[in-house]
Amino acid sequence: MADKKLDEETGTETTGHSWDGIEELNTPLPRWWLWTLYATIVWGIGYTIAYPAWPMISGATAGVLGYSTRAAVATDIAEHEAKNQGLVEALLAADLTTLSAGDDLHRYAVARGGSVFRAQCSQCHGAGAAGAVGYPNLLDDDWLWGGDIESISATVAHGVRNDTDDDARYSEMPAFGDMLEDEDIHAVVEYVYGLSSPDFDKALAEQGATVFADNCSACHGDTAQGDRELGAPNLADAIWLYGGSRETVEETVRNARYGVMPAWGQRLGQADIRAVSVYDAFLGRRRVDRLAAAICAAATPEAVLFAKRRRFGALA
Amino acid sequence: MAILDKHAVLEKSPTLLLTFSLLVVTVGGLVEIAPLFWLENTIEEVEGVRPYSPLELTGRDIYIREGCYTCHSQMIRPMRDEVERYGHYSLAAESMYDHPFQWGSKRTGPDLARVGGRYSDAWHVDHLKDPQSVVPESVMPKYAFLSDAEIDSDHIEALLRTHRFVGVPYSDEQIAQASADFHVQADPDGDWDGLVERYPGAAVSNFDGQSALTEMDALIAYLQVMGTMVDFSTFTPDASR
Repeated sequence: MADKKLDEETGTETTGHSWDGIEELNTPLPRWWLWTLYATIVWGIGYTIAYPAWPMISGATAGVLGYSTRAAVATDIAEHEAKNQGLVEALLAADLTTLSAGDDLHRYAVARGGSVFRAQCSQCHGAGAAGAVGYPNLLDDDWLWGGDIESISATVAHGVRNDTDDDARYSEMPAFGDMLEDEDIHAVVEYVYGLSSPDFDKALAEQGATVFADNCSACHGDTAQGDRELGAPNLADAIWLYGGSRETVEETVRNARYGVMPAWGQRLGQADIRAVSVYDAFLGRRRVDRLAAAICAAATPEAVLFAKRRRFGALA
Repeated sequence: MAILDKHAVLEKSPTLLLTFSLLVVTVGGLVEIAPLFWLENTIEEVEGVRPYSPLELTGRDIYIREGCYTCHSQMIRPMRDEVERYGHYSLAAESMYDHPFQWGSKRTGPDLARVGGRYSDAWHVDHLKDPQSVVPESVMPKYAFLSDAEIDSDHIEALLRTHRFVGVPYSDEQIAQASADFHVQADPDGDWDGLVERYPGAAVSNFDGQSALTEMDALIAYLQVMGTMVDFSTFTPDASR
């Protein structure tokens, strides 16, 4: 341009503004910066054409690539399922009772069930499935509603005492606090306490045995061994859901307990239900395997054989 | 420098400078503000979403008061890992009656958008009183005091009216029955038919297991409704959103 003014000292163009003879240099922007700026503008225009961007009166422009986050997540899930389709179909079709440890399907079910368990079940039953007060331990062989795989599967799918599933497991122990005299309650507590503890008042417990036979045996059985059909716990072993001290047992007798488990069939797919059932059943077995491995590592072959016969004969 | 010379005209006349400045700001305003006026069309219509019941709304206020949102988000993003862990991704409509919404962006604890029905009431009581008793690795603080803080319905009608003022469609009946609904939701022996009719799917339970109505009841009532309003077995979200 004709009126381009150059600064004498630096040779750089000035803006043409002058304040009391002081002029402003118009140093050009670095070339690389300028081109980066133009490139991002071009990229930005391209992006708004390719992807959903401009808000219109009745929704945003869809973009020529047709991308949507919802479609993307659906595709992602479908792809993942397609990868395991064979195993998932086999898992849905399999008779879980005949699934044997070591084959691919069992390994898949345990891996899938394990991740479902850690995400959905561990908050109540514990990361290691050892349970907590009021939330059953799944590692032992003491089951309220049955420990075979079909029973576990039904419990997981329908839950216990919830309001959302009509097929939920349901048992309702009466609160005996209003029904029995204090004397009878103390007696029956002593009887129940004595079933799994060596140190108890025999005379009181005998008195309690009569109370038990009259009030409790219909559900818990004549020998207090429980009934899984009714969800009545076994009281004769030393495994307790809410604690086995005299105080806790008395509280249970007086007020009863109504633990609730959600119906996971309403949240998880059938494949997840079956997988987590296999995992639950597997947990008990794995504990025995670990014990065996620990003994094997520490003992002579003869001792291992002896230990296996004695400890695992019935379990294996 | 022809263009700069012309620009000098604007720079030398305050009236022209003000007028043209206003024009430039208007462009920015149109681009940034105008879309908010048709924001409604970005919210897909979803069946089942209803205003919170009085007790749930009170629980929500406790949730906000205790700053639960600083560690828990309420938005399941559309990604496979989140959908598998938490359930169906959140829809905008599910928080249409939240003032303010609790989406959050920080997850020290898990997302709570679909925590409703996931645990029993008793678990929530155990967990809020002492989180480590059920989840040993948890870093959540204890909220046992909620069980001791009794609540009354003195201001519940005003609270519902306030929410109606900002756009939540509470009916006159819902506001008239607010106090009764507030109490009966935590009383399974009471007459709660009206409550469930006014707020379909509301859980009626003695949430905290004590006879007194406490903040624990209200908070658990709120937690148990979160993410349960939409029935995803019958609802297919619009794929293009």
